[in-house]
Amino acid sequence: MNLLSLAAPSLQTLSYLVVAFVSVAIAISLSRRITISQRAVRCRIFSGLTDLRLLRLCMGTLLLTIFLGLLGLEIGEYPIPRFEAIKTALWSRGGEFDFVVNSLRFPRVLAALLAGFCLAISGALFQSLLGNPLVSPDVIGINTGAALCAVFVLTVGADLSVLPWAAFVGAVLTAILIYSLAWKQGVNGSRLVLIGIGINALLASGITYLMVKYPIERVVAAARWQVGSLFGSSWSDVRILTLGVVIITPLALLLVPKLRLLQLGDELAIGLGSRVEMERMAIIVVASAYAAIAVAVIGPLGFVALLVPHMVRLIVGPLTGGGLLLTGLVGALFLLGCDLVAQQLFAPTTLPVGVVTAALGGPYFLFILVRYNRAL
Amino acid sequence: MSRPFWWVLAGVASLSLMSLTSLMVGPVSVDVSQAWSALFNFDSSDTSQVVVRQLRLPRTVLAIISGCCLAVAGAITQGVTRNPLGGPGILGINAGAAFAMVTAIHGLNILSPSGYVWFAFIGAVVAGFLVYIVAQVGPGGTTPVKLALAGAVVTALLSAWTSTLLLLDEETLDEARFWLAGSLTGRGTEEARLLFPLIVVALVGALLLGSSLNTLSLGEETAVSLGQKVGLVRLSAGVVSIALAASAVAIAGPIAFVGLAVPHIARALVGSDYRWVTLMCLTSGPCLLLGADIVGRMVVSPLELQVGIVTALVGAPFLIFLVRSRRLTSL
Repeated sequence: MNLLSLAAPSLQTLSYLVVAFVSVAIAISLSRRITISQRAVRCRIFSGLTDLRLLRLCMGTLLLTIFLGLLGLEIGEYPIPRFEAIKTALWSRGGEFDFVVNSLRFPRVLAALLAGFCLAISGALFQSLLGNPLVSPDVIGINTGAALCAVFVLTVGADLSVLPWAAFVGAVLTAILIYSLAWKQGVNGSRLVLIGIGINALLASGITYLMVKYPIERVVAAARWQVGSLFGSSWSDVRILTLGVVIITPLALLLVPKLRLLQLGDELAIGLGSRVEMERMAIIVVASAYAAIAVAVIGPLGFVALLVPHMVRLIVGPLTGGGLLLTGLVGALFLLGCDLVAQQLFAPTTLPVGVVTAALGGPYFLFILVRYNRAL
Repeated sequence: MSRPFWWVLAGVASLSLMSLTSLMVGPVSVDVSQAWSALFNFDSSDTSQVVVRQLRLPRTVLAIISGCCLAVAGAITQGVTRNPLGGPGILGINAGAAFAMVTAIHGLNILSPSGYVWFAFIGAVVAGFLVYIVAQVGPGGTTPVKLALAGAVVTALLSAWTSTLLLLDEETLDEARFWLAGSLTGRGTEEARLLFPLIVVALVGALLLGSSLNTLSLGEETAVSLGQKVGLVRLSAGVVSIALAASAVAIAGPIAFVGLAVPHIARALVGSDYRWVTLMCLTSGPCLLLGADIVGRMVVSPLELQVGIVTALVGAPFLIFLVRSRRLTSL
């Protein structure tokens, strides 16, 4: 396959893409026009402020996500009428389209949504905690740790069912390693970033070693996994992701208020009664766990964790609990959209979704970098 | 004679010792007298002499040249950005070279190493300048965190695209993966010969820049008030360091951390005068690279570990040590 033949998607696909880009831009600019309004909610012992703007944004994103999810069930190499697809997926199992919808497309759509949710929240937590919009699990080496373990499993030819667990363990161990190396009478944000970059290089050289050592047939599988792909997502992947999301999300929401105190700076946070190091560690553990489950299932997908929190911050400002959920929803939407593009752009050849996130995310990322440096 | 002089002399001595060891160590071990006669009194009927002459001598020469390039490039980068984390690996130069090379193999179907090294060279130069410019934006110039992040980001971007291209076909992956590990085996000396004039000019330039870097290390304002054209010094130092780093990548593939670690070692030995630091880098850079190559040949004998992997295994802990030590902020 040559680059030139690949670089010629059909006119129809291109026009869809243009429409998608324009509507995303319109959606972002519209969302900024929604007026900020808050309403107090009181119910027995609970009282709090709800941000109505955020609520509307979440609802809007949810609707878009559902629409895109239905689209994901419907289109593909074997198009299925919309109502039939929904019917087969939700209440009438079996029938003509059962295999395509329930074994191929539905788990893939769900895996994309859940993994996007996890990655985006992980990135948002890291970025807010370290006060740096350029930090994410893929830059500081957590994804690489997962990748090293997974590539090891793939290249030595071990049983593939251990792969998600190996990747998870790799990610968690890397997070612990980075955190403990960055510890020196407390952890400082920029030291953590720099040590993460060093660890990333170390782990990457381990991957290189495995890639050189083993025969090319296995290396190809490892190379494919490293880009991040949703191809072949199964219900067991969805189960792992769902379990992870259900367990970790309440913890993350509980930690958000503490995170906001930490953002005021260590001294002020201590003065306000925070146990700074404990809370920082808890947040890092939660953020790494999010990254780890996503990477374990779909591979070390780049740029989602980096990009999405930034986009959401442009719209809603500093992180709140609702903002965290919105980030997750936008992440789900983004990853699902990227996966659909990856499937459709050069159809019938499908790209790994990591290729699309890198192609879209990379240039935007450089833009953020310049902007951030200028504002520093 | 001063202390730095003796250190540089010691560096030269250990470099020659290392080179000799590099000729002797490997799957076929060769004793000193045979190595010596292979160099000066070559007898083509003796197998071990042929091994030395045909395989190990080119490899040693390549290690020396690329070691010089990497170490001096690192010293100049660190000097001009006043940033202890400056170095070709951090600057994204390796990723740029890899991306350009894979593009050349895949898109243009260039399969001979002497063809794609030029792409590697150009890719390295472009990525280096890109990172430099991005890190320079904003107040305060290039701080360690800004430089490291700009490099990491550009590396992430380029390597994502590289792995995309590698996925598209297996042949390119098979061709590229050994190059991407950074190795001195099986490289032709052709590229080194072609790049040699450029390297010599850049090294001389680096030595001449020493005193300007000393002035610059007093701080930008002081340097300006002492009459230095700071912009000109920055530009020429940038050109010199990127040219050297790109040559090294073109010759030996992406080798990490030599350019980062050696200048620190050199500074610890000879002090902060950049004229001596550069000279010291010229001797200790090749020493480190040869050492890594020899270790790589010995640990998994009869196979070998690519030199880029060995330097990363040694260098990454060094980086972590550096970040944890207090000296990070002061340069």
